[in-house]
Amino acid sequence: MDFRLTEDQRALRKGVRELLARLFDREALRAAVDAPSPSLDRELWRELGAAGFFALRLPEEEGGVGLGLAEAVLLFEEAGRVLLPGPLVATHVAAGAVPGAAEGSTVVTEVDEGLVPWLDEADVVLGEAEGAVPLRSVDPLTPLHRVPGFVGAGSRSGTRPHGRRSVVPTLPQRGDPHAPAERMPTTGVVEDTAEVLPATEVAVLLTAAEQVGSAGRTTEMAVSYAREREQFGQVIGGFQAVKHLCAGMLVRGELARAAVRGAAVTGDPVEIAGAKLLADEAATANARDCLQVFGGMGFTWEADVHLHLKRAWVRARLRLPAARAEEVVAANL
Amino acid sequence: MDLAYSDEEEEFRGRLREWLAATLPTLPPRPDPLDWPARRAYDCGWQRRLYDAGYADVHWDASPTQRLIFLEETELAGAPYVGANFVGLLHAGPTIAAEGTPEQRDRWLPPVLRGDEVWCQGFSEPDAGSDLASLRTRAVRDGDEYVVSGQKIWTSHAEVADWCELLVRTDAGPGVSKHRGISWLAMPMDAPGVTVRPLRTLAGSTEFAEMFLDEVRVPVGNRVGDENDGWRVTMVTLSFERGTAFVGEVVACRRLLGELARTARENGTWDDPALRRRLGRLSAEFQALWRLTQANVSEAQATGGVPGAGGSVFKLHYSHARQELYEAAAGVLGPDALDLGHDWTLDRLSSLSYTIAAGTSQIQRNIVAERILGLPKGR
Repeated sequence: MDFRLTEDQRALRKGVRELLARLFDREALRAAVDAPSPSLDRELWRELGAAGFFALRLPEEEGGVGLGLAEAVLLFEEAGRVLLPGPLVATHVAAGAVPGAAEGSTVVTEVDEGLVPWLDEADVVLGEAEGAVPLRSVDPLTPLHRVPGFVGAGSRSGTRPHGRRSVVPTLPQRGDPHAPAERMPTTGVVEDTAEVLPATEVAVLLTAAEQVGSAGRTTEMAVSYAREREQFGQVIGGFQAVKHLCAGMLVRGELARAAVRGAAVTGDPVEIAGAKLLADEAATANARDCLQVFGGMGFTWEADVHLHLKRAWVRARLRLPAARAEEVVAANL
Repeated sequence: MDLAYSDEEEEFRGRLREWLAATLPTLPPRPDPLDWPARRAYDCGWQRRLYDAGYADVHWDASPTQRLIFLEETELAGAPYVGANFVGLLHAGPTIAAEGTPEQRDRWLPPVLRGDEVWCQGFSEPDAGSDLASLRTRAVRDGDEYVVSGQKIWTSHAEVADWCELLVRTDAGPGVSKHRGISWLAMPMDAPGVTVRPLRTLAGSTEFAEMFLDEVRVPVGNRVGDENDGWRVTMVTLSFERGTAFVGEVVACRRLLGELARTARENGTWDDPALRRRLGRLSAEFQALWRLTQANVSEAQATGGVPGAGGSVFKLHYSHARQELYEAAAGVLGPDALDLGHDWTLDRLSSLSYTIAAGTSQIQRNIVAERILGLPKGR
């Protein structure tokens, strides 16, 4: 057992971080935020495709990079760090199934939890989006449409849209749902989880990975601000009240990261649900605490904090929201 | 990112599992928790079995991964915990192994491994808790002996211990920083001048004791490490505690959650979605804590076995999650949660110490903020 990143994985993460710094730096982020309406940068999309962002898990003989879920979560952590916009997860998951998705020439979105992100900009929509109406999305970088007839995540009787593919994650239970979950899944690691896992579960996990990336980034932002900002003649990071907020952010982020990486290795659907739950919590709570550390500045449009919080809210609402994730994990207790 | 165990590790697990299956049924019944001599005899008997089977030094010599497997398997099998041997095996022993002279190692380590001698810890004082370095118990040199006077508190197993790992102030001179001037002594508990008084916890049990030291004579040869260098020696000790120390507990929490879910299904509280989902969230948290443990162990394995600050990250979340587990249990148990005859109730009370013992959550947050995040020291 060695749960640390391998040398190749560290190199991949470094490469992705450098790539994203080049393709979507802070200037690009702010330009996108201040654009009159969110639009998808096709050239960026194609460059992501050319770099293997969407084809990462496709076998090499199909033109892919031939890597697995463990590498994919590292990729999406990085995407979450820089608030990379667009239906990244849907397009990544559709690679190989939807022509052009792997290369970044086709933008794929999906109906999910009664919402469709990036509907107007996408080339292919998975799921039934007929009659969808635009809403003024809270996240300036994620346009959203609402699908008629969807009642809500907490409701079990809600009408769900039907389309080419079910949008409701049907997470299978372990062999016997009433068996005691006394044993950790220490063995039974799936060799290539990508081949066995349904696309919906991969999408849940990769969304969780984006949340982890965001949670890590807001921790860094808060810490670096707390080391510079001075009040009462000292940097505010010297005050325990601020220190403890930052420490709590790190704990949440590290716990969620361990959960997401563990789930990527085992491919266990229940573990994926648990990882999404903790990653949503980490991303939203860390963005909140980061905003608090930033004080008045955190409440401004200029600081990036609100972008992390709003994106975290959107992702928490999509791809197996908390109430259902908790039920999935509970059902296997 | 590899969670698969090597063939060698799986073989270790298999042999251990077989041995546990054969050995556990032959153990005597568990002693009354209030009968300290019986508890000592039971815990030492278990340690002797481990010694005879070659597992006694698993906390010292085995790789972090083997230690993880050992703690996981013993918990799953329902084997006894280290109990009275906690300080000997996990605090004093590793310290002596790392910092002691060959003679000191020969004198003190074998009896710990064999379960012949029990150690207790004399660190905290009434006025030195989180601020341990401000301890005031004095040791004055008199020829080949130190003469020790002062008061210690939270001394687990003091009633039945043979030795105490004792922190004393050997230099209280002006201008000496409080972290200097401390020495680490092995004090025999039967020395004249040692008085032990049990301390009753809010759970009604006497897990701890106060210890009064009145001119106790301790040979200078019982000092481990240099005079006035005890703080550094102690930091070696504490780093062991924050490594794999909680593996068994995480496994135990998973088992407890399973039991709780069964009880909830039987008594109908499972139909309450809020409670059901609360248990689901806890289950996700303990699963993640297990993954975090594996990450910490992997890190420790790669860096030579001394666990880093990752232990503080783990302990911070774990101690709160475990308290939350008992809060959720109270919801499942209803009126039984107020019944002291119920194991869950006593465990709930005991769990209130988790955010205090071995470094309060507030101190842990300081550690995380200063040592990992690099925020400035201060108050």
